[in-house]
Amino acid sequence: MGCSGYARRSCAQAGSRALHDEAAIFAAELAAARAEGHEPQDVDGYAFTVSFKGVLLEGLEVAFIVVTFGSNEHNVALAAMAAGAAVVLVVAAGIAVRAPLSRVPENTLKFAVGVMLTAFGIFWGAEGAGGHWPGGDAAILALVAFVLASSVIFVVAMRRRHTRYPASPISSAPTT
Amino acid sequence: MTNRLRAFGAFPYDFVIGDDPLIALAVVVALGLTAAFAGAGISAWWVLPAAVVIVLSFSLVRATRR
Repeated sequence: MGCSGYARRSCAQAGSRALHDEAAIFAAELAAARAEGHEPQDVDGYAFTVSFKGVLLEGLEVAFIVVTFGSNEHNVALAAMAAGAAVVLVVAAGIAVRAPLSRVPENTLKFAVGVMLTAFGIFWGAEGAGGHWPGGDAAILALVAFVLASSVIFVVAMRRRHTRYPASPISSAPTT
Repeated sequence: MTNRLRAFGAFPYDFVIGDDPLIALAVVVALGLTAAFAGAGISAWWVLPAAVVIVLSFSLVRATRR
């Protein structure tokens, strides 16, 4: 066990943990797929299963978000339309860019997503437990700033510590 | 069969708890404290932000000591 969950991002950013090398992982996955040795059929079972698992997981997340937002605002149709628009936007961006995922600054992207998810999680967690935020929904912005500032402080502190005590990384396993 | 059941249970365990059960436990405790304070009419919004900073710092120190 090394750094856990959101903490992994801070560890990776600070240099205490190996950064996620998307290109290396893509090469390994490609080799594994080729090792299957199947000639492409009308329906490639391996590719279908891999794609299906990804779409199922992300699709479920979208469904949960749509239902949650829609229920809170008593307008599931509007939330569903917004999700549909997001799908169109992402597909259009994918077609326009057509770049491999390895060009995406993945570790920075995940760090930012971790900050956002943590801030939203704090907000909804407290609301779900019966707490009330000063400033209402605007507190989300303050929470994002708070989590980001805390994370940057952690990263700077750990980077200094890593520089002072340059021991080997705690884990060479790629972060997820 | 046992391996399949174990693999099936590994996903929700990893999804909900992750690889540090102490963090999961701390989150549950923080949510409980928030609910208790809110139920008693005490301002409770600060509990989770404080818990996140404390637990994250603890987890980072613990992880980098290994």
